[in-house]
Amino acid sequence: MVVSTRLQDYDGPILECRNLSISYFTRAGEIPAVVDFNLTLNKGDSVGLVGESGCGKSTVAMAIMQYLGNNGGIVGGEVIYKGIDLASLSREELRQLRGNEIAMIYQEPMAALNPSMRLGQQLMEVPLCHEEITEKEAYERAVEILAAVNLPDPERVMNSYPHQISGGQQQRVVIAMALLSNPSLLLLDEPTTALDVTVEAGIVELIGQIAERFDTSMIYISHNLGLILATCDRVNVMYSGVVVEHGTVEEVFDHMRHPYTKGLFSCIPLPGADKTAHPLVPIRGQLPLPHERPVGCYFAPRCDFFQEGVCDRAIERGTIPMATVDDRSGHEVRCLRWQEIDWESYRPEGLSGESVTSGEVVLSVREMRKYYELADNSLVALIRGKRVRYVKANERISFDARECETVAIVGESGCGKSTFAKVLMGLETASDGEVVFKDQEIGKLPVQKRSPAQIGSMQMIFQNPFDTLNPSHTVGAQLARVIKKFGVETDKDKIQERVIQLLDLVKLPREFARRRPRQLSGGQKQRVGIARAFAGNPAMVVADEPVSALDVSVQAAITGLLMEIQRSYRTTLLFISHDLSLVRYLADRVVVMYLGQIMEQGTTDEVFSPPYHPYTEALLSAVPIADTSIEKKRIILEGNLPSVMNPPRGCPFHTRCPRKIGRICEAEPPPFVEAAPGHVILCHIPMDELRRVDPVFVQTAKDKSAAE
Amino acid sequence: MSIFIVRRLGTMALTMIVVSLLLFLLLEINVEGVAIKVLGPYTSEEQRNIWLEQHGYFRPVYIRYFEWLGHFITGNFGESVRFKTAVSDVLWPRLGNTGILGLATMMVVVPLSLALGVLAGMREGSRLDRVISVTSIITTSVPEFASAVLLSAVFVFYLDLLPGTSSMSDGFSLVQLVLPVMVLVLYDFGYVTRMTRASMAEVMMTHYIRTAILKGLPYKTVIMRHALRNALIAPFTVIMLQINWLLSGVIVVEFFFAYKGFGALLLEASLNQDIFLIEACAMIAVFVAVTTQTLADLGYTYLNPRIRFA
Amino acid sequence: MTDIAAPVPAREPTLLRLLKGILLLRESTVGMIGAGLVLFWVLMAIFADLIAPFPPNATIYPLAMPGTTVPEIGTFWLGTDHIGRDILSRIIHGSRQVLLYAPLATFCAYMVGIPMGLAAGYRRGMTDDVLSFIANVILSFPVLVLYIIIIATIGASAANIVIAVTFASAPGIFRIVRGLVLDLRNREYVFAAETRGETPWRIMLIEILPNARGPLIVDACLRVGYVIITIGVLGFLGLGLPPPDPDWGGMINETRQMAMTFPHMTVFPCIAISSLVLGFNLLADGLREVSLRD
Repeated sequence: MVVSTRLQDYDGPILECRNLSISYFTRAGEIPAVVDFNLTLNKGDSVGLVGESGCGKSTVAMAIMQYLGNNGGIVGGEVIYKGIDLASLSREELRQLRGNEIAMIYQEPMAALNPSMRLGQQLMEVPLCHEEITEKEAYERAVEILAAVNLPDPERVMNSYPHQISGGQQQRVVIAMALLSNPSLLLLDEPTTALDVTVEAGIVELIGQIAERFDTSMIYISHNLGLILATCDRVNVMYSGVVVEHGTVEEVFDHMRHPYTKGLFSCIPLPGADKTAHPLVPIRGQLPLPHERPVGCYFAPRCDFFQEGVCDRAIERGTIPMATVDDRSGHEVRCLRWQEIDWESYRPEGLSGESVTSGEVVLSVREMRKYYELADNSLVALIRGKRVRYVKANERISFDARECETVAIVGESGCGKSTFAKVLMGLETASDGEVVFKDQEIGKLPVQKRSPAQIGSMQMIFQNPFDTLNPSHTVGAQLARVIKKFGVETDKDKIQERVIQLLDLVKLPREFARRRPRQLSGGQKQRVGIARAFAGNPAMVVADEPVSALDVSVQAAITGLLMEIQRSYRTTLLFISHDLSLVRYLADRVVVMYLGQIMEQGTTDEVFSPPYHPYTEALLSAVPIADTSIEKKRIILEGNLPSVMNPPRGCPFHTRCPRKIGRICEAEPPPFVEAAPGHVILCHIPMDELRRVDPVFVQTAKDKSAAE
Repeated sequence: MSIFIVRRLGTMALTMIVVSLLLFLLLEINVEGVAIKVLGPYTSEEQRNIWLEQHGYFRPVYIRYFEWLGHFITGNFGESVRFKTAVSDVLWPRLGNTGILGLATMMVVVPLSLALGVLAGMREGSRLDRVISVTSIITTSVPEFASAVLLSAVFVFYLDLLPGTSSMSDGFSLVQLVLPVMVLVLYDFGYVTRMTRASMAEVMMTHYIRTAILKGLPYKTVIMRHALRNALIAPFTVIMLQINWLLSGVIVVEFFFAYKGFGALLLEASLNQDIFLIEACAMIAVFVAVTTQTLADLGYTYLNPRIRFA
Repeated sequence: MTDIAAPVPAREPTLLRLLKGILLLRESTVGMIGAGLVLFWVLMAIFADLIAPFPPNATIYPLAMPGTTVPEIGTFWLGTDHIGRDILSRIIHGSRQVLLYAPLATFCAYMVGIPMGLAAGYRRGMTDDVLSFIANVILSFPVLVLYIIIIATIGASAANIVIAVTFASAPGIFRIVRGLVLDLRNREYVFAAETRGETPWRIMLIEILPNARGPLIVDACLRVGYVIITIGVLGFLGLGLPPPDPDWGGMINETRQMAMTFPHMTVFPCIAISSLVLGFNLLADGLREVSLRD
């Protein structure tokens, strides 16, 4: 109890990090993870740490917790919490601080909760171990706090095991657990990354309320600039272990000074961006590995403003110092040339964006259904003799895709988009309806019965770059196999030639043919994945979340590459994604799915502006936007995503719909209504009413540079 | 859950039936062979045929199988050729002796290996962990017959502390139990220890343990309340399955120390082609093994709330 | 595998990669000790004729204690047994038996277990149900009971021991392979192979199996160790290789009645078999340690 009494009457900054340097020690030697990190956090403040994977943002959080594992350690500087140097504390004192003064919220709520303990017990033990309190008081406190994080039926949650509640609810429990002892500092490590976008919106709103209601200071760690804007006052942009820019969110988002920050913003598709007018600008190269950081400025090899002799000069402290841009707002930048860079005349070469005209219909899906049979093993079913239930994975799917067109399929987990891709690829067969591809019915044709030409003309790009290539075979061998399999070439030398061509196509060095996948970075693997898909000169490519597992700066480059190849081959691209910003940027047409059904479809402009389907509207408003000039409608969906096993009757969305009009939504399946030719909405609400809805995004004429 | 139990018991019954069928076919399909084994090799064909006729061996195989199975289930295992009495008269006392040996072994193995495994897995890579891990590799590398020889050499030959045989001819003797149990423990504890260690180490790496530590719980609470409960689920299964392994070890140990147990009986029956005794012993052994496997499965399900409340 | 690798000219030779893998083992002390023990016995087995001071089956000088030097005959470093055979020579020659049959039997078990595991894990459904049930039935026998019944029924010979080991070990291998395949089959590269219409066996053998090799190599090392014990136990119970050729388990069995008076006759074969098993177990542990680091 010594520490807490020392902390009672403190009124300085909650947390200060001074010249903090953290390293990991491996057999290969010391690997600096974070260098020269400075931070001052006042009471009630929330600071964001934003950066790509491996930039050290989570390491900072763990260092504040003084929990770096066996091989990590603070090698310089100090962490000062309410005036106390945390390094000076004994283990017992540190323990009293953790969970009580400083609490943490984690990326994967399911993993963060003990699977074999009831949630109530896990919650109650926090106050029980930090305060003199009875079990009963602890129980009441836990119930109270569960209600405060908007969990319905807290008593039931208390009595549940983690796997019995949904991911969003789990994260609310983790947040409740962190708030139980009323901490002064809350560390949030990517708290919404594992969640669906509509669930994320709810959590983000909750986090916003916490700061006000509990007067807690927060450090919010994320790779998503839009989330930082929604939750933080100040932001630290990190790159490869160092903070490259620091300031208020407005300063950094509207008047960024560091070329990396600028690059990051040019990489993400903002609502103002458009593939023809304002193309994305990828950052070239890739993140340096921690032990391969360049001398001088770490960003130098990827920077357009790199100057020899300035940016690559060896510096004693490892990296270049921070420079103050604006003293009053505390805007700082780690760049030697920030004053010399002329942003006004900087016109980077973006991804080529000439628009193309679409051609004939390539794929036509009509009333396609895919039901799975599910053996019902419950006792009730056994008694009733109804052993088989149907899971309606896809219901009445109808749409067309034309040559050279990009059609995006959008939806959250469980919406049936992956099942649909499987039917297209012939790994599953449709239960009903038609799937006509290049004038041939393929819906009931499993892949084994398709001709090599048929298979080769429809290929797929996968989501997970670490999983998409077989680690046992070389890149060249894997590409060669595809070429041979589709009968593009049969001669050995010709195949080899084609492998080289494909590597050129995806802009990879030719010697990569001899490499094994583990020698490639995520982005490079995904390039090989694209090359593999295009090996058989396909008429259509299905891309299942092809960039969602990649870092932001790599995403833009891969997206650009994909679009470029697609245009030059005049391939139809079926782009499956949950990232609406990206979809808006690259798709010509959008199909919005929910629980196996298409709720809305139309051209991108039609879908992204009123009239909306209420689900589309909610989905759009849930997308975090990293643009201070955009004002967004706030729609938070209530309730959980229903299970596909047991979908609601009537309109599938009625359980969460904020615009539900009454009985009819629960009782009858909604009709298809055409808002415009080709723009179809599946809803009971009269079209006139839907047309009167305000747009989700409004661009405020606040600042000229914002939309750039 | 109830469906799961019913299904698991059904699988168990099915396994037993298949095993019995295999055994029956392996040992009794050749009726001539049965007669030779029962009556001895120096009998005339006529004698054998009379015996076979008397005992209904010329009926179709399936009828004989069901009759045999019926007898078996009701506890009528037939007559032992070697012991010249009903199989059950020999079998049950022997099984009891082996039960004592097994129980004594488990009573040492379970607490010892759980404690060592938890200690080792708690801090993976520590000196204690390495000592425990290497020790358990070494002890599992010494086969039972080798450790029996080595331990006898030390405790019987050099130190003259313990008796070299455990025939218990003058009634039950605890001293005679020491060496057999020691041999079994030595060979078995390493495996359970390593499994416990692996399970514990895995749990210690999980995020929920990190959560528990960063909640500010005392280290003891983290281990006792959060880690152990999850870490001991896997070893439970291992221990139950270990009973199956123990049955193998028991054969060697009983043979070596002349302990009058079930393992030695099975070996004796096999070496003497005492087919009804072999059948009975094998069925009992499999029954014990299958039962413990079923218990292991059910227990695993019960201990794991993610399955229990699925 | 050659046909997909062929178009790429400068592929790293398999031998070189194997060598690199062995060099990786250097980082594990435990693994190096294990490899050393195994290598020691392998060399003993290969050069048994050169190393062994006496012929293994010849009666030379009865009941010599270890270290006894007999003029004009030589030194019996580990003594002689009850019928006067040199124990050292018998142990050295005995390593041949063990190191021939144990790996051979393990290999046979893998040849049976791998295809079954691949099929069950990849196809699932009925195939899996049937194969898993068969495996469970065999596994429900206590291992030694199974061996004793098989050997007692079909007789003790080298070939029968290999058959018995294959029969008894294949289900265990089946389970491991099946588990690995169930995990690997959900990888996207398998999905990719399916979408380009590869045949199931090609997917199993070329896309899946190579990625399961790490755990399987570790398991194989452990299994060889266990098979050595099994062969030893069978020899010890008198169900092993027929005499007079030296077999470690058999040596212990033959002399154990005299263990109280002449412990050296049984103790040294025990040490031999334990050290070889220990070698394989340590090697497996080292390999696992190294593979986890990667």
